[in-house]
Amino acid sequence: MEKALVLRRGLLTALILLIGSVALFLFYKMGNSWEFALRFRGIKVIAIIVVAGCVAFSSVTFQTLTDNRILTPSIMGFESLYLLIQTVIVFIYGDQTFKVLSHVDNFLISVTGMITFSFLLYLMIYKKGKDNLYLLLLVGIILGTLFSSLSSFMQLLIDPNDFFIIQGKMFATFNKINTDLLWPSLVIMVIILFIGFRMAKYLDVVALGRDQAINLGLNYNRAVKIFLVFIAILVSVSTALVGPITFLGLLVTNLTYELFKTHKHSIIITACFLVSAIALLIGQFFMERVFNLSVPISAIINIIGGFYFMYLLLRVKKL
Amino acid sequence: MIEVQEITKQYGDKVVLDRVGMQFNKGKITSLIGGNGAGKSTLLSVISRLLSQDGGVVLVDEKNVTEYKSKMLAQRLSILKQSNHVRLKLTVRELVSFGRFPYSQEKLTKEDNKMVDRAIDFLNLKEIEHSYLDELSGGQKQRAYMAMVVAQDTEYILLDEPLNNLDMKHSVQTMKIMRKLADELGKTIIIVLHDINFASHYSDYIVALKNGKIIYHDTTENIIREDVLKDVFDINIKICEFDSKRICNYF
Repeated sequence: MEKALVLRRGLLTALILLIGSVALFLFYKMGNSWEFALRFRGIKVIAIIVVAGCVAFSSVTFQTLTDNRILTPSIMGFESLYLLIQTVIVFIYGDQTFKVLSHVDNFLISVTGMITFSFLLYLMIYKKGKDNLYLLLLVGIILGTLFSSLSSFMQLLIDPNDFFIIQGKMFATFNKINTDLLWPSLVIMVIILFIGFRMAKYLDVVALGRDQAINLGLNYNRAVKIFLVFIAILVSVSTALVGPITFLGLLVTNLTYELFKTHKHSIIITACFLVSAIALLIGQFFMERVFNLSVPISAIINIIGGFYFMYLLLRVKKL
Repeated sequence: MIEVQEITKQYGDKVVLDRVGMQFNKGKITSLIGGNGAGKSTLLSVISRLLSQDGGVVLVDEKNVTEYKSKMLAQRLSILKQSNHVRLKLTVRELVSFGRFPYSQEKLTKEDNKMVDRAIDFLNLKEIEHSYLDELSGGQKQRAYMAMVVAQDTEYILLDEPLNNLDMKHSVQTMKIMRKLADELGKTIIIVLHDINFASHYSDYIVALKNGKIIYHDTTENIIREDVLKDVFDINIKICEFDSKRICNYF
């Protein structure tokens, strides 16, 4: 069929673009110590791939579950919890933070914290027999606000010098990736995406709505719960690795839907992954070469994402 | 056969279904009628496991629906609700293909494609099979969803107010397709209808609900009577015979 061909060609083009951007990123002006540069940049590329995978799968899945194109998992309060955890750590240890806690400890605390939080949230909602996803979102929003307020309160109390440690965590960055965290993150991402991909056909059915999904023999509640768990894990990993970045999800998912007109989630997720990776690579490239590292990449993403969001609100009739 | 026993459903203190018991005849069209809030749609949702009941059991072919694997039940029983919308770009044929999901998931076999073709022909969708759903009119969309149910090829088909938002032409078309499904393919159809004349004209049996209870269930000619309908709807209804079918005038 022609449609399948168009989609395949689209994916292929995106893949070539990705390889091109990786090459550009790796080999542009390498200088004399090329071994060092390659290793240094290679780490960033892998981190970008990990984050792209996490963001693509979690955002597309989340939007399908909620049947809404302007939501990202950050609405559930993951990122505010991450910042709260960071604030509490700095609040307790002050300028000793880095001596007491290694990056790996911090990563583990953050990931466990976020995953536990989401599990508690799910349990709370589902135990009461209210399998209502919107209630879950609303509780998530409120808790997210609570976490943010708590963080701000503690940030006011701490030493201004210590605050800089937190400030560094508030913006996503690929410039200080810790290699010890990179490989476990990569492994987790690959495992979840592998299972998630095999379940992508269920997402196709979920997109038809709850009633249709049940009619077609999907164990709807169980499927939703599994996908929510996947989302929690992926968002936690990418946030703990580079910082709050899920706003990227809004940008890339909608771009993907514009470019790839299909209902097959296996294609959408793959495409979204490629688009995310390309966007991050090019964003990072510009940040390093044009802005000379003066602007954090999350600021670039948020500015572009913000404008795109406005565009979506104003131009696109169906969200 | 579909049988419900002692079905109870409550929302807070309000009892929506009050120990409802019923057997639905095979290969026939049974209409559920009754005023707003009588519990028709709730009953249909309970039978089709979209809603869980507070008490009682639903038996499909003498087996409790909770004992079925969801996939197996989806091969026996299908439900079509009134409001359907899809955010994704989906063509009519792709939607109809979803009807084969309980059998083959997303990898369609030759057999599946044949069933999809048959369903598309059955609903006269051949010309628009590659059109996107969001470009279709309400009636066409409804037909596409019905084709999906036909492709699902279940023994039992449940429809919740399928005539809502359809004009006269499409309402009649829809009901004729229901008739064809029952007469030609031997499907058992349970359908919630608001328009008493459609129920009178197209169904074999009618079940009347009021305040969460089944107050009448019988063949169509035994229900479409002035005294019975007055009891069900609390309004005076005049019935006249026209071409051997009973027409109700309640205006």
